Amino acid sequence: MDAEITLHVDGRERTFTVDTRTTLLDALRDRLGNTSPKKGCDHGQCGACTVLVEGRRINSCLALAVAHDGATLTTAAGLADETDLHPMQRAFLDQDGFQCGYCTPGQICSAVGMLQEANAGHPSAVSTGDGPTGTPLNDEEIRERMSGNLCRCGAYVNIVAAINQAQQAAPQVRQES
Amino acid sequence: MNPFSSRPLAEIPDGSVAGVVMPHDAAWDHVTGKALYTDDLSHRFAHVLHAWPVQVFVAHARIDSLDAAAARTMPGVARVLTAADVPGINDYGELGDEPLFPDEVQFHGQAVAWVLADTLEQARLASEAIEVSYTELPSIITTQEAIAAGQFQGPRATLQRGDADAALATAPHRLSGGIDIQGQEHFYLETQASFATVDESGQVFIQSSTQAPSHTQEVAAQVLGIPSNQVTVQCLRMGGGFGGKETNANPYAAVAALGAVLTGRPVNVRLNRTQDLTMTGKRGGFHATWEAGLDDEGHIVAYKAVVTADGGFSVDLSPAVVSRALCHVDNAYYLPNVHVVGRIARTNKTSHTAFRGFGAPSGMIITEDLLGQAATKLGIGEEEIRRRNFYAPGQTTPYGQVVSQAGRMNDMWDKLKDTSDYDSRLLEVAAYNEAHRHSKRGLAITPVKFGVSFNKPVLNQAGALVLIYRDGSVLVNHGGTEMGQGLHMKMMQVAATALGLPLRRIRLAPTRTDKVPNTSATSASTGTDLNGGAVKNACEIILDRLAPVAAGLLGVNSHDVRITGDVVGALGTEQTVGWGELVETAYLQRVSLSATGYYRTEGIHFDPATYQGNAFKYYSRGVAVAEVEVDGFTGAYTTRRVDLLHDVGSSLSPLIDLGQIEGAFVQGAGWLTQEDLRWDTTEGPQRGKLLTQAASTYKLPSFSELPQVFNVDLYVHPTDDGSIYGSKAVGEPPLMLSIAVREALRAAAAAFGEPGQQVELPSPATAEAVYWALDQVRRPADTAAVAAD
Ligand code: FES
Ligand code: FES
Repeated sequence: MDAEITLHVDGRERTFTVDTRTTLLDALRDRLGNTSPKKGCDHGQCGACTVLVEGRRINSCLALAVAHDGATLTTAAGLADETDLHPMQRAFLDQDGFQCGYCTPGQICSAVGMLQEANAGHPSAVSTGDGPTGTPLNDEEIRERMSGNLCRCGAYVNIVAAINQAQQAAPQVRQES
Repeated sequence: MNPFSSRPLAEIPDGSVAGVVMPHDAAWDHVTGKALYTDDLSHRFAHVLHAWPVQVFVAHARIDSLDAAAARTMPGVARVLTAADVPGINDYGELGDEPLFPDEVQFHGQAVAWVLADTLEQARLASEAIEVSYTELPSIITTQEAIAAGQFQGPRATLQRGDADAALATAPHRLSGGIDIQGQEHFYLETQASFATVDESGQVFIQSSTQAPSHTQEVAAQVLGIPSNQVTVQCLRMGGGFGGKETNANPYAAVAALGAVLTGRPVNVRLNRTQDLTMTGKRGGFHATWEAGLDDEGHIVAYKAVVTADGGFSVDLSPAVVSRALCHVDNAYYLPNVHVVGRIARTNKTSHTAFRGFGAPSGMIITEDLLGQAATKLGIGEEEIRRRNFYAPGQTTPYGQVVSQAGRMNDMWDKLKDTSDYDSRLLEVAAYNEAHRHSKRGLAITPVKFGVSFNKPVLNQAGALVLIYRDGSVLVNHGGTEMGQGLHMKMMQVAATALGLPLRRIRLAPTRTDKVPNTSATSASTGTDLNGGAVKNACEIILDRLAPVAAGLLGVNSHDVRITGDVVGALGTEQTVGWGELVETAYLQRVSLSATGYYRTEGIHFDPATYQGNAFKYYSRGVAVAEVEVDGFTGAYTTRRVDLLHDVGSSLSPLIDLGQIEGAFVQGAGWLTQEDLRWDTTEGPQRGKLLTQAASTYKLPSFSELPQVFNVDLYVHPTDDGSIYGSKAVGEPPLMLSIAVREALRAAAAAFGEPGQQVELPSPATAEAVYWALDQVRRPADTAAVAAD
């Protein structure tokens, strides 16, 4: 069965018809030609396909496109404007937070969404106390909150450093997206 | 003598960008998601066909018939590819032992045909409509089964020196043991992918996620039955390779090429994760039995081992993997009397292949296992017994090569012991273990000595093509591929250094076989050494031609011309001209502005018959200290702290090298502690099935398993070994630093038992495996206490 849906992707409104079984990831990549989210596993196990939907991070390979009709999406390609990188992207660049780069768009979207979750007071499995977590997040918190994003190249140390840079050098990362 | 091309390989000109901290070449594209991988390309083409394999899920069977009639008429199906469609040779294996479309299934999930259709779903549905009937044949799944059945493949190798039997007979202490070292799934985050098109002249263009474009080109040409000059392979970059795309990319490139030739349409072959896990080769497991004799001081005086690699169903690269294992059983230790036999089991599994370290990690583990056990048995500290066995300057390896820079190991060892506070922490660990009955800590230090060069001397050659345009911009082509190791940035740094230009002048072209032919795979950590040598050579050939032009402009001798930071000057004059002016003048004087470069590693040779030779150009070294804490009730453990010191010579690109060391360690620790490949070894209907065929059952290292404290340092000490700008290879060697974690786990496990108790630790040492090891070492009284607690 097909359905017509509208997605607001990286600032552009896109209306198109999809098979209702199409995942959000396939809709982005195959239908809209946005290949910044990557398909690492297609099973919700690696995080390479992470995008922001209404500012929240999701594995787009586990979401159906029709379920997000009308939604506003941000991919790694939409975080930067023409001339300037998003502070999180800048931090990944500064800290060499990648090797092959395949997990990187997902890591960056995930990190942006993750800081917003923390900012909104969502605790993680390693948070102590039951109120909003302390800011900035310590390394243990970052690791725990990012544990759904695999990096087979093992760039984890530098990714943690990048997230640290982003949350410290640019506190606005925590508010906006 | 030519003014530029006679410069020594290791000499770094002043003011160069060699050794400057740089990000990866495509950093901006990676963080914005603009960097394209092979599977991102098909979206840019119309009328693309998508491919789906027809997998047969049985471990071993003869195909009696394949009926694709129904599939051919299904919606969207353009073609079903079978053996009958192959115009050339139906094989992609190293020894002609891997049919692209086989008539015998040799492992559970092997593809016997492929469907091409307008959409992936149509191809999948059609593949399910293909009827394959077969007769099941007896299968061999485990290495032990293969050994029992005598089912081996490829050459049998013997590494020998002295008289190991005689030395063993008279040794004061004798130990023996055996270990099964399990394999590892590459799980490159980008699965195998190839995209092929055919142009109006019949030229086949394959974009492939391959570490070995020339090899991929040869295989595709062979399958198509056309000369290599009709096939071009390009690799933009890979989303990880780790050895898994050294030969394993080839069949998918061949399928894409065949499909494109037969249909005239672009064909995209991209394995989904399950297909990739069930169809592609992995790091093969190793089974080893060993005997060792030690003297009272703990020196290994006799070393005997039989090492059996699980090759899977075909030979692939296993002979070279075994060769590297045998050439690394010594690791950093002098073994006077050695007899090691290496052989390759043939099993009904995916054909195992290259994986970072290429057999060396398994070879080293056997010896580290031996020393770990010997330390407890002889009552010598694990640090002390290792140090006592180090190579002394002038000593040779069992394969007869003098160990260059042998003293560097001791120096690095002492430095890391110092910076990691090894001695005081050893006391702290002992105090902790004294105070805690159900939780124990372990501390270990291990060395790595890794030989750099392909074990097969012929592969140690590389080419480059450097083009200078009239505006002074430079385009560099080289034969190496980029998979995240930062090779392209390093090559840009080499070109900028050789030419004396700022990096902004240099652009790197994607790796293509029509720019640089006959290249070796980017593997064995040789990418920078080989391609860097070739790039430098090409740049200097051009500079030799430019020198007289500059000399004319400046009124000096050619030999006095110097180029630094875009400025062309000369000794003995203040006068300068810009690089752009020099290039334009050269053009006007009809001087060629492009050149091919070539490099071959000098001084290496190896005789596989005698297992003797100068196998490696130099050795790369590292030292690791790891501390773990093990829970006595569950075997669960945490890595409390890791300190690494690694020798990269004078680093070409320190940021990239640090990332390589950290990443290699994480990947190695994953292999040794978490990643647990399981096959169905029962006689049931699923026999031979890979049971861990997703990240849900195959545990990959995540953020969570990072050591709590992780200190990584480069041992900065320019090498004099004649490598490119004095740098050393970094891709593989640090993977083996992770052995320290394994030895720390052994130490912690031992602390649960009586002093002097040997601990046999399986690999991977998962929490469960550690639990069973604890079960073995615990005193009967304590086991009762745990049960009662
Ligand atoms: S591709 Fe979506 S989580 Fe792996
Ligand atoms: S950078 Fe390669 S998977 Fe993360």
